[in-house]
This record gives sequence, C-alpha cells and structure tokens, in this order.
Amino acid sequence: MLDLTPREICERKALRINPLKTCQPVGALYAALGVRRCMPHSHGSQGCVSYHRTFLTRHFKEPAVASSSSFTEGASVFGGGANLRASVKNIFDVYDPDVIAVHTTCLSETIGDDLNSYILEMEIPEGKLVVHCNTPSYVGSHVTGFASMVAGFVRYLADAGSPADGRVAVFPGFLNPGDLREYKRLLGLAGLPFIMLPDQTGVMDGPMTGSYEMFPEGGTTVDEIRALGGAREALAMGEFASTEPALALKGKCGVEARVMPLPIGVRATDGFVAALSGISGRPVPRELEEERGRLVDLMLDANPYYYGKRCSVFGDPDTVLGITSLALELGMVPVHVVTGTPGEAFERKARALLEPFGALEGARVKAAGDLFDLHQWIKNDGTDLLIGTSYGKQIAKAEDLPFVRAGFPVLDRYGHSYRPIIGYRGGLALATDIADAIMDRIDRDCADEDLEVVM
Amino acid sequence: MRAGILKEREGSIAIKGAGTGSVSCGRDSVSGAVSQRACVFCGARVVLNPITDAFHLVHGPIGCASYTWDIRGSLSSGPELYRRSFSTDLRERDVVFGGVDRLRAAVSEIAERERPPVVFIYSTCLVGVIGDDVEAVCREAESRYGIRVVNVKAPGFAGHKAMGYRLACEAIMDVISRDPEIPRRREGINILGDYNLAGEAWMVAGYFREMGVPVVSTFTGDSTFASLRRSPGARLNVVQCAGSMTHLARSMEDGFGIPFVKASFFGLADTRSALLNVADLLGSGEVRRRALSLARRESRRAERAVAPYLPGLRGKKAAIFVGGGFKAISLIRQFRELGMETVLVGTQTGTSGDYEVIQSLVSPGTVVLDDANPAELEAFMREKGADILVGGVKERPLAYKLGIAFCDHNHERRIPLSGFEGMVNFTREINLSVNSPVWRHLRGRAAPGGAWEA
Repeated sequence: MLDLTPREICERKALRINPLKTCQPVGALYAALGVRRCMPHSHGSQGCVSYHRTFLTRHFKEPAVASSSSFTEGASVFGGGANLRASVKNIFDVYDPDVIAVHTTCLSETIGDDLNSYILEMEIPEGKLVVHCNTPSYVGSHVTGFASMVAGFVRYLADAGSPADGRVAVFPGFLNPGDLREYKRLLGLAGLPFIMLPDQTGVMDGPMTGSYEMFPEGGTTVDEIRALGGAREALAMGEFASTEPALALKGKCGVEARVMPLPIGVRATDGFVAALSGISGRPVPRELEEERGRLVDLMLDANPYYYGKRCSVFGDPDTVLGITSLALELGMVPVHVVTGTPGEAFERKARALLEPFGALEGARVKAAGDLFDLHQWIKNDGTDLLIGTSYGKQIAKAEDLPFVRAGFPVLDRYGHSYRPIIGYRGGLALATDIADAIMDRIDRDCADEDLEVVM
Repeated sequence: MRAGILKEREGSIAIKGAGTGSVSCGRDSVSGAVSQRACVFCGARVVLNPITDAFHLVHGPIGCASYTWDIRGSLSSGPELYRRSFSTDLRERDVVFGGVDRLRAAVSEIAERERPPVVFIYSTCLVGVIGDDVEAVCREAESRYGIRVVNVKAPGFAGHKAMGYRLACEAIMDVISRDPEIPRRREGINILGDYNLAGEAWMVAGYFREMGVPVVSTFTGDSTFASLRRSPGARLNVVQCAGSMTHLARSMEDGFGIPFVKASFFGLADTRSALLNVADLLGSGEVRRRALSLARRESRRAERAVAPYLPGLRGKKAAIFVGGGFKAISLIRQFRELGMETVLVGTQTGTSGDYEVIQSLVSPGTVVLDDANPAELEAFMREKGADILVGGVKERPLAYKLGIAFCDHNHERRIPLSGFEGMVNFTREINLSVNSPVWRHLRGRAAPGGAWEA
C-alpha cells in the first residue's frame, strides 16, 4: 500500500516530502541542449551530471549528453578553476563542440568559484565559445535554472550590432520538442520569420537513424543567438521560464519583449496568435481559425463530461497555469493548483485565472509546495481528476483517481515529448485526454446495464 | 588515439591480446569527460534506500532528493516508507546561516509524528562545504527521541560511487553493532548485496529455505531495522553484489566472527555453484543433498524454457556496461551459456581484481574498459559489431540510436534476472530486444546496404 499520507494536515516548517521540483542545474542542462553543437557542462561533482542526464533520458527517452568538472575533495577546498580549465581543454580536444555552456552547482557556488573571471582568463580555441550561468541548487528550481541558462546565452552572445532583419525572437519556455515544433508551425502559418532559443527539436526528439551523433543537427545556432540582438521584438512565453532571458535581451540589445503565458488553452493561444498577427500585420490565417474552431467544437461536444468536474493540477509553474486555464475553459473547477517552484507570482496568477470563473473560493493555490501537500488536500477536499507529472501516480493509485499526464517529467509513459500541449492542436490533444480519463472512469464504475456504447 | 577518446583515458581501456592488458581503474573521472559515473551520495543512497522502514532524509538542496526518489525496483513485503522522498530542501538562507536548524526541525517533525526505528541523514556536497555539525544533531535526536539517527556523510566530491557503498556499509554496521543481539546458537545466513529488485531476494531466499537454510536478513532488499539487527546471529554471509557489500562482510567478520562467501546468482552455472558452495560451507550433507536436487531440477526446467530461444541468439555479440565488476563477470558467463560472445566489457566501479578475472574470461580482441563514456561505448560497440548492450538507463537510448538491442540490467528493472527463473527471464529479454520486429524498419541495418525496403 503506497498510501502513507495522513489526512490530518500537518504543519511542516523544514521537512520537504515528495518534491514537486528539482534543482536548477538540470534545467540549465536542458536549455543548453537546445543550442547547436553545444556541450552542457556541469561545474560541480560528477554525480550531479550523472543524475541530470539520467533524469532527462528518463523523460525524453533520448541520450542527453553533458560533461562535468568532476570535483574532488581538493577542488572543493581550493576552488574549481583548475578543473574548469582542464575540462574546457579536454572537451574541445575530444568532443569538439562549438560552444560549452557551463552551469554552476550548489558546490561550486558555495565555495565561491567566480565563473566570469575563470572564463575571461582561460584559453579558448579560435572560433570556439564558452558561456555560463549561475544555477545554485538552493535557489529556485529546474525552471529558474532553465531561464538562467537561456539568459546566459543571450548575455554572452546576443549582438546589439546585428542588423535588424525583421525576425522575431521567441523564448518558448520549458517545454517538450513536440511543443517547439508546434510553435514553429504556428509561426510559419503566420508567415513570421523567427529565431527560437532554445530549440531542442532534432536533439531531444532525434529520429532513429542507426547512428549516434553526440551533437545532432538541431538546436539554435550561435549565429542565430547573435542575431537575436537585431530582433524586431521578443515573445517570452511563460513568465517563469522566459522573463529572465527577455530582460537580458532588452538589457543588452534593447529588444522589447512581451511576456505572455504559455499558449495552452483557447484564450492563451488566442493571445499568442493575435500577437503574431499584430507583429506581421497580416490577419490570422484561415487554417488557424479553423483549428481554433475544431478545438471549441470538441469542448462543446464533450461539455457535459467536463462541466463542474473538480481537478487538481500540479507541475511546473508556467505549464500548470496553462493547464489550469484550459481546465477552466472546459468548465472544470481546478480546486488544487500547485507548483514546487517558489515564487509568489504563481499564486497571484493562478488566483487571477480562477477569479473570473468564480472558482476562487475553496481552491487551494500554492507555490513552493510538494506532493505531500497535494495529497493531504485531496484527502480533505476530494477531487475528480489529477493532471500533472508522473510523480502524481502514487496519489492517483492511492486515491483511485483518473490521471492525465502532462508536463515535465513524464517518466512512466512514452510518446509525450513528441506531442504538443500548446496551441489549438495541443489543446485538442489535452482536452481529448481529459475527456478520455473522465469517461474511462464512468465506464469502469458504471453498472453493466448502464454501460453505453454511445456517449 | 581514436576519435572521441581522451588521452588520459587510454590507460583505462584494454584490448585483450594487445598491449599490457591491464586496466587502470578506481581513478577519479577526468575533468570534462562525459562520464557515466555517479557520486558518493548516489552509492550510499542506492545501498541504504531499500531498508523499508527507515526514514531516508537527504540533507541538502532538493536535487539530490528528487533524483533518488523511488528509483530502485526494490520490493518490500511490509513497510513502504522508503518509497517516500524526504529532504531538507536547503535554501540560500541555510547556506549563509547553516543548515543545522532546518535539519534539527526536520528530524523533529519526523520523530514526533512517526517515531521510526531509524533515520538515515544523507549529508550532501553542500553540507560538506558549509560544515553543518550533523553528528551533533544525530546524537541530540537519539537521546531525545530514543531512536537511531545515523549520519551518512556522503558529499559527492569525496570520491565516486564505490566510496558511497563503503559509507553505506559503515552506516549499516553502526546500526547493527550497537548492543548486538547475538544468540548463542547461530543459525542461517544473511544475504548481502541483494536489493530485492523485482523480488529477486525472495527467489534466492526461497532456494535457501528449500535447502533447509534459514535466511536471517537480506542486505538491504526488503530489510527492516529489526531484520538488520538480527543479522549478527547468522552463521554465514553470502555476498552477491560484491562491489557494494564486501566491506560490510569484512566488518561483520571482524566484529561478529561471521565468515563470508561471494556468490553470484546470475546464470545457471553461477547459481548452481553458489548454492553448492554455501551448502559446503555450512557443512551439512543434508543441505548439500537438497541443494543438488534443487539445482538439478531447476536447471533442467530453466534449460527447457531457454532452449527455444537459443537458435536465434547463437553467435550474437554482446556488450556489457554495468556498475560493478562482479556482475560483469557473471554476465560474461551467462552470455556464454546462451552461445553468445562478449565483445566489450565495461564497469563504473570495477576493481583491478575484477578486471583481471574479466580479462581471463573473454576472447582475444574483446575491449575492456573502466568508467567509459558514450563516445567510447559507441566507438567500440560499432567496431566490434555488438548486437546487444546490457546496461543502465543512460545507455539505453544510446544503444537504440545505434540500432543495437538493449537489456536493462540496472537497479530500476522490473523483471527478476537472478536465479534459475532469472536466467529464463534474461534469455527472453535478450531475445525480445535482439529479435524485435522493430529492427526491420531500421534502414541500413536489417535492410542491407541501407536501401529502402520495398
């Protein structure tokens, strides 16, 4: 029996039980995998990078390459400068990437390694680059680490002197390659030239070819990152994952940014599509209008099954806000909205979503929460459906709840990283999954004589 | 030097029949290498985590706890506490002012609510640097709550995974050696280094029960504080995963006078000789007789089950990349039982002794390497034309990308691979992957010349 969570809500000040986040470096590593011929490098103990690679591999079912400074006892006393210099030399000598993207860890941050001066002083081969970001594991979460690495690329490489070539900068947020492909399709339909950073398509959804490339043909190129400096505008998708890079780009190159929610659900996708149309000066393409229409059609058709259903949404902040938004549009009542990533803004934004639907009262909203919190709430309040990452499955089983997997990570199912949840198509997929989960449950629980072939 | 191989790494790679043949191992990973190797904390955590009724509290930032939450397929016959993740989730403030207050509060939140028999506190990299006096928190909590609180001082930078194994062994010794309850008449065995993955320890214990040998405790699969505390009363320690548990076996020999024997339950031959060895050491003719009849019966059954797969496997080439040397050795023998040849053997933490045995078992031309990285694995698997790789989670997609079959022999597998039944499962797994119809869709491999299939 996996149910060890007591119903009575206990006050916890120090103990974290069943986390709903992980540490910054893994987010930084994932971001760096979205740059062409880039070696993500963890400046810390070798175990960190082994865990991060394993974690990403479990979600994406793809190799995730990264190197480590492999700190020893000596490095942790005298500083990791020598380890970093040796690493950079070895990596360029042997693996030959174009860029090394260094992120720090709790260890290197605490001993006070100064990456700026290390990188400034080290010998870097002609035509090669080393960038970095600070990702102490005791700050933020994997989502903020992702944001910092993207911002790191911008700070090092975006060139204010780039010619204004009319391209739009897109910071897509912490999402799957399937979502990134959907962004590209939407941008293509809108006829907008763009630069997306990062772009893990082709890297973390690599096709089966019979050969292994350490640096597959995917990812934003260094030239593209440089050219961000000349972008006409930046679309920063997801406040938590994309604000920092947007600010960095504005600070360095004066590119104005719109920070928008992830385009999950009708309204948020409308906002994104409208922004594209606004920038291009062209009307929304008919094809997209039709896609939207199909999503709304589905929502209407299945409306009786969604309506009034209580759901619990958990995972990364931008994704959770997006899914909450979709759930509300479907007529569901998100009674629990929780992320492990700290930040009051999450709670504020979640309430702002719930309020116009009259769903604020009785809802529990929490940032820096964990799955133990969620489980206790569910025991007290009940819910009809769980929507979130694989770590929810223990709750789903213990409480016998329908469960829709979405977000990061999904460790126990296949195919999710290929499938978008953003855009109208993503909304269609997610709304279908939700209806399936609810209706499978009806079929499972109903009496034999009530089993309907037509629903 | 081959492409993708660091100069510093050359000493860690040997090809049988060429050069000195010795494999340099146990060294720190080269800075900048894409090592597959984990850290001290990881080693300690994987060994201790299967203790089912313990609180495993990770003292550090959240990552170390997140990545090790419920990662082993270790099964429990009772408590499920070990499948929960507990940590102090240290924040910036704690790094500045020290994490002791938060740790103390976390321990009291555990102890006051749950009164577990034992709490393991894993001190991670950060704690090693900020200098929290974790020992003091442990002592204070022990006297205040009357439970055991053990500090597992496992900063990642203090070495590699094998060092973590050692720390875990010391933590276990700490638990069992305080006022040990040693009965006058010792009886039965302990099984060390079985983590009850997919219920393997239950299968192995079942063999011993049939032989009339009681199993006092397993380390650490499906163990509890109480079962560990009974372990000093056993007559013999049977050590399976020698890499992780030899240190404990030695300590128990010194501390309680319990001799130990290394045993492998991977493959029919190894399983048979393990059972007979134990029977001989326990010195009872009756036990030996039962062991023999069990081994004969189960071997025959397994051989019958395996036979249909053999024609499809004969002559296939295997690559092995696993954690410890002892497992690698068993796998080489196991592949031989299937008529397969091993063309590459690597481990994360093998010892020079392990590598000598490996070298003596494999055919000339076989590549033997310590602490390999993906580039090396790729280069050598290609060069040697491996058909299947046996490894862990990080290696699976690498193998697949290369169009090479894969068998998960790591600690998250869900299928028992040890003992007689395990050999049957192993064979099925290998067959499933090597002869999967999916390979027919892969251009360039199943379709010769890389032509599109009509």
